[in-house]
Amino acid sequence: MQVHDYDVVIVGAGGAGMRAAIESGQRARTAVLTKLYPTRSHTGAAQGGMCAALANVEEDNWEWHTFDTVKGGDYLVDQDAAEVMAKEAIDAVLDLEKMGLPFNRTPEGKIDQRRFGGHTRDHGKAAVRRACYAADRTGHMILQTLYQNCVKHGVEFFNEYYVLDLIMTDVDGVRRPAGVVSYELATGEIQIFRAKSVVFATGGFGKIFKTTSNAHTLTGDGVAVTYRNGLPLEDMEFFQFHPTGLAGLGILLSEAARGEGGVLRNSEGERFMERYAPTIKDLAPRDIVARSMANEVREGRGCGPNKDYVLLDLTHLEPAHIDAKLPDITEFARTYLGVEPYTEPVPVFPTAHYAMGGIPTNIKAEVLANNTDVVPGLYAAGECACVSVHGSNRLGTNSLLDINVFGKRAGIAAAEYAKTAQMPELPEAPEARVVEMIETMRSAAGTETIGAIRKDLQDTMDANVQVFRTDETLRKALDDIAALRERYRNIGIHDRGKRYNLDLLEAVELGFLLEIAEVVTVAAIHRKESRGGHFREDFPNRDDEHFMHHTMTYLDPTSEAEGIAGMRLETKPVVITRYQPMERKY
Amino acid sequence: MTANPEATTAEPASKVAIPEHLGGGAGDIPSFECTFQIARFLPEQDSEPHFEEYKVTMYGTDRVLDALHKIKWEIDGSLSFRRSCAHGVCGSDAVRINGRNRLACKTLLKDLDTDKPIVVEAIKGLPLEKDLIVDMEPFFQSYREIMPFLITSGPEPTRERLQSAEDRERFDDTTKCILCAACTSSCPVFWTDGQYFGPAAIVNAHRFIFDSRDDGGDLRLDVLNDKEGVWRCRTTFNCTEACPRGIQVTQAITEVRQAILQRAF
Ligand SMILES: Cc1cc2nc3c(=O)[nH]c(=O)nc-3n(C[C@H](O)[C@H](O)[C@H](O)COP(=O)(O)OP(=O)(O)OC[C@H]3O[C@@H](n4cnc5c(N)ncnc54)[C@H](O)[C@@H]3O)c2cc1C
Ligand code: SF4
Ligand code: FES
Repeated sequence: MQVHDYDVVIVGAGGAGMRAAIESGQRARTAVLTKLYPTRSHTGAAQGGMCAALANVEEDNWEWHTFDTVKGGDYLVDQDAAEVMAKEAIDAVLDLEKMGLPFNRTPEGKIDQRRFGGHTRDHGKAAVRRACYAADRTGHMILQTLYQNCVKHGVEFFNEYYVLDLIMTDVDGVRRPAGVVSYELATGEIQIFRAKSVVFATGGFGKIFKTTSNAHTLTGDGVAVTYRNGLPLEDMEFFQFHPTGLAGLGILLSEAARGEGGVLRNSEGERFMERYAPTIKDLAPRDIVARSMANEVREGRGCGPNKDYVLLDLTHLEPAHIDAKLPDITEFARTYLGVEPYTEPVPVFPTAHYAMGGIPTNIKAEVLANNTDVVPGLYAAGECACVSVHGSNRLGTNSLLDINVFGKRAGIAAAEYAKTAQMPELPEAPEARVVEMIETMRSAAGTETIGAIRKDLQDTMDANVQVFRTDETLRKALDDIAALRERYRNIGIHDRGKRYNLDLLEAVELGFLLEIAEVVTVAAIHRKESRGGHFREDFPNRDDEHFMHHTMTYLDPTSEAEGIAGMRLETKPVVITRYQPMERKY
Repeated sequence: MTANPEATTAEPASKVAIPEHLGGGAGDIPSFECTFQIARFLPEQDSEPHFEEYKVTMYGTDRVLDALHKIKWEIDGSLSFRRSCAHGVCGSDAVRINGRNRLACKTLLKDLDTDKPIVVEAIKGLPLEKDLIVDMEPFFQSYREIMPFLITSGPEPTRERLQSAEDRERFDDTTKCILCAACTSSCPVFWTDGQYFGPAAIVNAHRFIFDSRDDGGDLRLDVLNDKEGVWRCRTTFNCTEACPRGIQVTQAITEVRQAILQRAF
C-alpha cells in the first residue's frame, strides 16, 4: 500500500477546492485529489454571476447584501456567516480580477454588475445590480482563472484520484482526521494520503434527481463519506430547484436571462409572476418562481403537447443585447431544443440545481462533530458544505461567492492548523473498508444493473421529493429507496479490469446517491413546515415556533429517525444577530 | 460586449399571443434504430483497438453521449469514456465521430446520417489508454508551458485594474476555451510531431498576450517562437472546424504569429 504524506490534503478541484489550494499551497505542503481533471469540475457550468456589493454601477453595501441573503434563505441562514460572506465578497471579486479573471466592464472600465433574483437595494426596495459577471460563463472563467493560478503556484494535483474514505483516528480522546483513502482511476490502485489537515470540496449531489442541471459526476461523494464516518449532515431537506431548466433536459438557462429582462409566460401568454410576486415579479427568489411555475402547470396552464412546461420569453430583447449578455445559454436552446430565442419563447421547467445542506461547518470552515464541537484538522467548503449561508434557499450568485470566500478560509485554516499539528499515526489497516468494497464490487455478478437502480432512484425522487412534498409522497420515496438499497446488494458489473474501470466507480457512486437520497427524504419528513426550497403541501406555512432550527442527521446504528433504523435526527439553533424573522414577501 | 446598462428594453407586456405549436399538439418525438461502431481497446487484453457494433433505439433529440450511455448502461458496462457536464462546457468527451473531432454531448443524432453506422473512436495523437480514453497529460503539459496566467509588473492596485470594454473584447474569443483537445488532436502536424505545442496551447497564450492587463507577452512569444511553436502550423483549419466553442483557432494562431513578427528582436 503506497502511503503519501502531506501537510494538507484537499479533496476536490472545483472552485472551492482550488481557491483553498491557492492559499494552502503557498503555506504548507499540499496535495489536491480530484476525480476529474480540475477544469472539468462543474463550477465551470455556472453562468450568471458572482455577487458583491462593489457599488460599481449604483449605490450598494454589504449590509443590504447580508439582509437579502438572510431573507432569501427564509431566515434559516446563520447570520454571522452571511455577514462574513457579504463583507468578504468585495475582496473575493477583486482577488479574482487581480488573478486575471476577464469580467465584463462598465464604460469606465470597472467590473460591470447586473441584477439577479432576490438581490435588492435597501432591504427590498427595488432590484439592485450586484452580480459581477463574464458574459454568461462566469463559472467557466472562475474555474479557468483558479486553475491558471494553481499552475502559476505549482499546486500539486492528483487528477482522476477518487477519494472513497476518510481516515479518522483518536488523539488524546479527540477524533480527528489522519488522511484519506483514494482510488486511482488509471491503475485501480488504492493509495493512502496521510495528512495533518483534510479539506472536503467535493461539490453537490444533484444526481439523486432525474431532472437536474448537475453533471453526471455530482454524486455527493464527500458528503456521503463524511456521513459514513459518523459525522452529521445539516439541513439536507433543502434542495434548490432552479426555475429555468430546458424542458425535459434540465440543462440550465441562467437566471441572468431574467436579470437581463426575460420573463416567464404560461400557455395563455400571461406573465404570471405578476400575480405571485407583484413587486419583483420574475426576479423573485428561486423557490417562489419554481413553485409558481409548477403551480401554473398543475392548474392546466402549461405549454406543449403534455402541457408540462412554461415559456421563457426573450423575444422583446434586442438580438444584439442577447448576443452580448447571454450567448451560451441561447446557444443551448438552439442546440438542444432547436428553438431560436430571438423569435420564439423557450420551453422551461424547474430543474434540481443546488444542495443547500451538506457537511456542517462554522465560519472558519471547520467541520462540526456535533452542535458545539469541531473536528480538529477537518474542513469543508463549497457546495458540499453547509455553513449555513444559504439557509433554506440560496440566492443566485451567492454560491460562486461562497466557494471563493469559504474556499479561501478553508485553505488558510487548514495550512495554519498543519503548521502546529503533529502528523497523525495511521490506525491499523485504514484502507480495509475501501479494499473490501472495491473487491466485492469488482467481482459482483448479481442480476441488478447500476443503470436501472439509478433510474428508479431518480424517478422516485423527481416524483416524490421535488418542488411539492407531502408526508405521503416522502414516505413513498423512503419505501422505494429501501427497496433500491436491497436491489443494490444484488448488483452486477461487467468490467473486471483495473484500468479506467468506470463501471466499478459508477457502482460506488450509486451507493453514495442512495445514502444521500435517504437522508434528504428523512430530513424532509421531519420538517413539518414549508420554508424556502422545502415546500410541504400538508404544512404550507412556515412554523418558526417549532422549526426555526437546522436539522442534523447522523448515521447511528443504535437509533432511529422517522421510522428509519440506523439514523438519528437532532436540531441545531439558528444564529440570529441583526434580523428578526419576518414574513418573506416580494 | 459594450456594457451599457441602458440597453435593456422597456418593461415587457403582461400578456402576449403564444405561437400555436407551443400551445399544444406538437406530437411525439419519433424513435429509430441506430447502429454504432465503436473502437474498443481494453489495455489488459488487447494489443490493438478493434471495432464493435451496437444497435440501440434512440430519439432524434438524443446526443451521441446518450447513445454511449445507453450502450454502457444496458449492453456492456465495460465501455469506457470520460464525461461530466453533458452540455458542452467541461471538455471531457472530445471523440472522433465519423472521422471528425466533436464533443459527444454536443452532437445530436438528428444532425448525423443515422441510416449508416455511426463510427466513434478516441481522438488521435495522444496515447490511447482504454476505449475512448486517451492520456491527457501531454496536452496539459503544453498548456502549462505557455504560462497560462496573468503576469503583471508594478504594485498591486487596491481596487480592480481598469480595462475598457474594447480591450476586454479583444481577447474574448479565446477565453471560451474548455481545454477539450478537439483542436490539437485534429491537427496533422501534431499527429506527426507530438512535441508541437498544438492549437489549444496557442489559443490560451493568445488569451493572455492580447489581454491589456498582462505584461508577460514577450515571455510567451519567446516560447511560441520556438521550433515547436506557431511556425509549425500549416493552416489546414482542422482545428477551427473542430472547436466546439466556435473559437477562431486559426485566426488566433495567425494573430500570435503577427505579434511575433511585429515585435522588435
Ligand atoms: C448549471 C449551473 C449554473 C450555476 N450558476 C451559478 C451562478 O451563476 N452563480 C452562482 O453563484 N452559482 C451558480 N451555480 C452553483 C455553483 O456553480 C456551484 O454550487 C459551485 O460551483 C460548486 O463548486 P464546488 O467547488 O463546491 O464544486 P464543484 O465545482 O462541483 O467541484 C467538485 C470537485 O470535487 C471533485 N470530487 C467529487 N467527488 C470526488 C471524490 N470522490 N474524490 C475526489 N474528488 C472528488 C470533483 O472532481 C470536482 O473537482 C450554478 C450551478 C450549476 C449546476
Ligand atoms: S480551442 Fe476549442 S477545440 Fe481547442 S481545446 Fe479549446 S475549446 Fe477545445
Ligand atoms: S460532457 Fe462536458 S463537454 Fe461533454
